[in-house]
Amino acid sequence: MQTGLEPQPKTLTDQRPSAVEVPQVALPEADLTVQVDVPAELPALLAEHVTKRFQVGRKKRPVMAINDVSLRIERGEIYGVLGANGSGKSTLIRLFSTLLTLDTGRVEVFGKDIERDEMAVKRMINRVSVDAAFFKKLSPFENLAYAARLYGMDAKPAKAESIRILSRLGIAEKRLGRPVEQLSRGMQQKVAIARALLTSPILLLMDEPTTGLDPRSKLEVQSFVEQLRDTHDATIVLTTHDMDEAQRLCRRIGILNEGRIVAEDTPERLKALVADDHGQEPTMHNVFMTFTGRSLDDDVEDDSEDEEE
Amino acid sequence: MAMLTRDLKASMAFVERNFNLTKRYWGWEVAWLVYSVAGALAVTLIGESLGDERLLLVLVIGTIFWSYLAIVFEFIAEAVQWERWEGTLEYTFMAPIRRHAQLLGAAFYAVIFGLVHTVFVLMALAMFFELDLAQANWGTVVAFTLLGTISFIGIGIAASVLPLMYVERGAQMVFVLQSVLLLVSGVYYSIEVLPEWMQFISQFSPATYVLDGVRAGLIDGVGLDELLHDVWPLLVMAVVFIPLGLWAFGRAERYAKRTGRLKRVG
Repeated sequence: MQTGLEPQPKTLTDQRPSAVEVPQVALPEADLTVQVDVPAELPALLAEHVTKRFQVGRKKRPVMAINDVSLRIERGEIYGVLGANGSGKSTLIRLFSTLLTLDTGRVEVFGKDIERDEMAVKRMINRVSVDAAFFKKLSPFENLAYAARLYGMDAKPAKAESIRILSRLGIAEKRLGRPVEQLSRGMQQKVAIARALLTSPILLLMDEPTTGLDPRSKLEVQSFVEQLRDTHDATIVLTTHDMDEAQRLCRRIGILNEGRIVAEDTPERLKALVADDHGQEPTMHNVFMTFTGRSLDDDVEDDSEDEEE
Repeated sequence: MAMLTRDLKASMAFVERNFNLTKRYWGWEVAWLVYSVAGALAVTLIGESLGDERLLLVLVIGTIFWSYLAIVFEFIAEAVQWERWEGTLEYTFMAPIRRHAQLLGAAFYAVIFGLVHTVFVLMALAMFFELDLAQANWGTVVAFTLLGTISFIGIGIAASVLPLMYVERGAQMVFVLQSVLLLVSGVYYSIEVLPEWMQFISQFSPATYVLDGVRAGLIDGVGLDELLHDVWPLLVMAVVFIPLGLWAFGRAERYAKRTGRLKRVG
């Protein structure tokens, strides 16, 4: 019987024989690989008929946050979940992160069921949330050291890795000793990305990583994700309500509307699907309008999504 | 063995993090320590003003040990609430650690911090009063401190369920629980002065037995063998509260994940 505590393909030094090797996403300078003990044909993430409701108030009817969502995300793919605020993007990421339980359906990460093999799944994933959640009085170093220990890493190598990843993201070592609250929002988000990469996840869940960032920081984060995509076999699920970001970064996009995936394909094919409805070359805005009947231009930027209470 | 090592290592994450938080909030820690010393002196000076040495010792012991037990309780019971305030709760809960490792780490730091804090308060009191502890039975004191610590860790774990289940009211409930423990446990007075219904409640507070035992050991030099009526309830509480607290925490975590309460900040 599996306890969920068996050694998982997480650490940088795991040298067990494996069927497939996925290059470690964050550390291109080092000759480090993450060993994945799963057959190559297994998807990185498989969701089947996932449903999640929330009770909002005692006398009100439950809100359907995720409605019969099925996804198959292949290893090495960057999959975008495009949706307006309140469409269920963050709920979906939380379900994949084991932070919410499923009402119905099932989810597997590299063949591991997220409920039965929760601990094993946790070792393989990490998440960057829209709000860079840190102990604000602690420094990036202290926050990253905490993360490293949570994931079973030793403090010393974790510190070296932190410096390397953060310098790659444009944050100098001298800034790592100050409290996080003294860093800009963009800097904080980069530290959040570094924290996620530090634990060598083989599935990275990015929940609106560029929302609220200034244009420059947004571009820097997007460039970094592009580098991951181009130079590594990273599997990333990225939620956004930025059409251009989705088109730029993602191989496939699922459009989420009121908890349902209403369309799913590559950006080019999605545009081709709606080409007949438009007199000119369709944009992702046209695609989104066609499938959801709404525009993201009017979307309010807040994170008061769908779940709660 | 490997699992135990991993759990202990994971526990260190919380010890190190809390130590770093203490360092970063050092100004507040100093302010809190000054307040604790002032509070302890304000209470114990009542004994001094009455010229009653036994009352003075009763108050000193009540002050010192409540200060320690309250810190242990607070640090564990509010562990979830702190993370809600900081916004890190989800990050911690999606990490591959087992809950008992998390709570063990919180408890370990709570005990260390509580002891250091209490030593400072004790040193301050020692500067003001000449305490006659010639008859003290230190073995009894150590035994009751140990049993009381374990019991309070258990109560703290059980209480930490409240902020997990009730996003905004949970911390308030913990505060009320701590206040009730203070009131019924005979910290500054004998529980015999309490109304009967409060005396009934006092039976369920480990602090009642800890304070009774420590006072008997420190003031009268009574040995552990003569204090079995205080020892066995503490033993039962120590054995019951920790597994009960862990079980309740597991259930509450499941509830929080089902209802989406890990996300919300208080």
